[in-house]
Amino acid sequence: MKQSANWTRKHLIGLENVKPSEIDVIHDTARSFRKTLGRSVKKLPSLRGKTLVNLFMEPSTRTRLAFELAAKRLSADVISIIGQSSSLTKGETLKDTAKNVEALNADMIVLRHSCAGSSLYLSNVVDVPVINAGDGAHEHPTQGLLDSFTLRDHLGELKGKKITILGDILFSRVARSNVFALTKLGAHVTLAGPATLVPSGFTTLGVEVCHDLRAALADADAVMLLRIQHERQSSTHFPSLGEYTSMFGLNQNRASWLKPDAIIMHPGPVNRGVELDSALADSKRSVILNQVTNGLAIRMAVLYLCGVASDLEKKGKKK
Amino acid sequence: MSEPLWIQGGRIIDPANSRDEEADLFALDGKIVETLSEGERSTARKIDASGQIVCPGFIDLHSHFREPGQSQKETIRSGSLAAAAGGYTTVVIMPDVSPPADNAGVIQYILDAVAKHACVNILVTGCMTQGRAGDNLAPIGSLKKTGVVAITDSPDSPQNNEIMRRTLEYAGMFDLLIMEQGRDRSLTEGATMHEGATSLRLGLHGSPRAAEDLSVSRATVLAALTGARVHLQCISSGSAVDMIRRAKSRGLKVTAEVTPHHLSLTDETMASYDPRYKTNPPLREEWDRQALIEGLLDGTIDCIASDHEPHVDYEKDVEFDLAPFGVIGLETALPICMATLVRGDAAELTDLVRFLSTNPARILELDKGHLSPGAEADVTVFDPDEKWVVDPDTMESLSANSPWLGEELRGKATHVAVKGNLVLQRDS
Repeated sequence: MKQSANWTRKHLIGLENVKPSEIDVIHDTARSFRKTLGRSVKKLPSLRGKTLVNLFMEPSTRTRLAFELAAKRLSADVISIIGQSSSLTKGETLKDTAKNVEALNADMIVLRHSCAGSSLYLSNVVDVPVINAGDGAHEHPTQGLLDSFTLRDHLGELKGKKITILGDILFSRVARSNVFALTKLGAHVTLAGPATLVPSGFTTLGVEVCHDLRAALADADAVMLLRIQHERQSSTHFPSLGEYTSMFGLNQNRASWLKPDAIIMHPGPVNRGVELDSALADSKRSVILNQVTNGLAIRMAVLYLCGVASDLEKKGKKK
Repeated sequence: MSEPLWIQGGRIIDPANSRDEEADLFALDGKIVETLSEGERSTARKIDASGQIVCPGFIDLHSHFREPGQSQKETIRSGSLAAAAGGYTTVVIMPDVSPPADNAGVIQYILDAVAKHACVNILVTGCMTQGRAGDNLAPIGSLKKTGVVAITDSPDSPQNNEIMRRTLEYAGMFDLLIMEQGRDRSLTEGATMHEGATSLRLGLHGSPRAAEDLSVSRATVLAALTGARVHLQCISSGSAVDMIRRAKSRGLKVTAEVTPHHLSLTDETMASYDPRYKTNPPLREEWDRQALIEGLLDGTIDCIASDHEPHVDYEKDVEFDLAPFGVIGLETALPICMATLVRGDAAELTDLVRFLSTNPARILELDKGHLSPGAEADVTVFDPDEKWVVDPDTMESLSANSPWLGEELRGKATHVAVKGNLVLQRDS
């Protein structure tokens, strides 16, 4: 395996402290992996003999599937541990579960967890690489990477481009990772939605906060919709889903406020008819399924780069 | 009876007597005396205090020991040893033990354990409400008769304003101090840190200043209504400082405390997601920290209290959201306050002694916190410059959930006398 001079991290915890050049490395690597996705023989030998453990303490379809497939395409063995069926329901701590996984010689852990900071915590207690697949409302770095990758596909250079993220920002790790990635790449990011879910304090992250949907959509090059996470927020943040749809849902009429070539994104799962009109989700403007395909390539790139960095660190220690 | 005590050549700081001078201090039969006779001097225990500070023993108004119920975290014995190591001669312990200290039986159990195991003065508080649940008044009169010095539901407080009002009214009848660590819980559900730019960035659920401000406001309004004495614990919000200032200017019987950690740390520490910084009320912003220091210096905040909350290591070795709130503080209060206030050029040593000894004694109306002849010989001698590392193996507390673990601090007690008996002696 070859290490890129611009990538030395074995953990991927978040995008807040990742350099723009590191995002470029991941995107370049993902671009070359993407070329292999349509082959009839899809497997690459890059992670042969490695074992990846998906530790998913919170429900997930897309992300877990993408990490599993990415690892398999790179010839790694994959085991997925789902929170509800593990020892965590018997009172075992995350640390003990992870230490056991490590004692079984796993080579990498992908963690999805409902607590913010849990991936950083885990990376401090185990030696193997930890890839954050979503920690509470904090970060979802591979989502931020695949979204910026998709945006680059459609808009080219992101410098000066205007990207609006609309929906539940407060509870969204996708929003935070995107804010960190997109502002690093020079985009102007606007966060839009109701004041209770998009507090003005977010401006300290170098973004605009806007509660006027028309203004937020008017000159956007892309709009990224986020799901209302009813499982996370208390019932006090807005009156009802119906009210949300009537005030902030993206429908045909509001989509006409967008520039003609602006694209529509959504990290999934989509609640059709709530935050996004069903026909718009399937329209030509929608790049939702491109995001999913790119998600596979991005996860292959991340697993590969962190795996190489970890191997090199181990070799360095032996010397 | 203890041997006579002769503390030689230290700098005596006794704010209650406006005293700051290099002199010898004497104690006989557990009391401070003007001098010792030749005979007494020959048998006296002599302590060389040159280069050190000699002051009335520190008094902590706010510690949580865990006996009965969770003695793996702290016992009366270990807590009192930690207090002595930190220069404290008197500690007021909170009633949030298990079972809660809401009846004379539990209070008596604690008093018996104190008599048996404590090496410093331990004063006991009782619950305001039954089971600290905030619904029904505890038998406050019986608690007072058994020997509590104050009542409190710390670290919680009744959310029901009617219960709070009646608590103040009822306790006021006995002139019993109410210690209130309030927050409006409807605003803090699920919160693990201060609400602000940092919590937004970290994706952690925040507790707004408003939750504390509302409860401080309630306490002052109800203190005015009932005439009761209310001591506000752990002030952390800068805007609450302002409310207390106004309440005091109106002549209300309100006092307040601040902790060493709120004086020295901010919410930025949470970026590490290290539960050692997770505490309640939360560490807030630099603006709050400056307002707390200002409030302390202008007398709005009366004293410094530790809010010593021990938790065993494995409880804090988990995801941030899942860790319990609280930090220990008895053994680090002195050096942290030295660094923040004295070496930070905000206050003089004599102010520090006021905040740690003179003023807490006044709040509880104790005949302590001064070195007048005839007073009980509760004396602390400390080296303001001694460097030491916060190390769980050498600390007396059974717990090690200190924000300063592994750090080198400056300032440490060398000798502590309680009623003339040396409970700490570290001769160099």
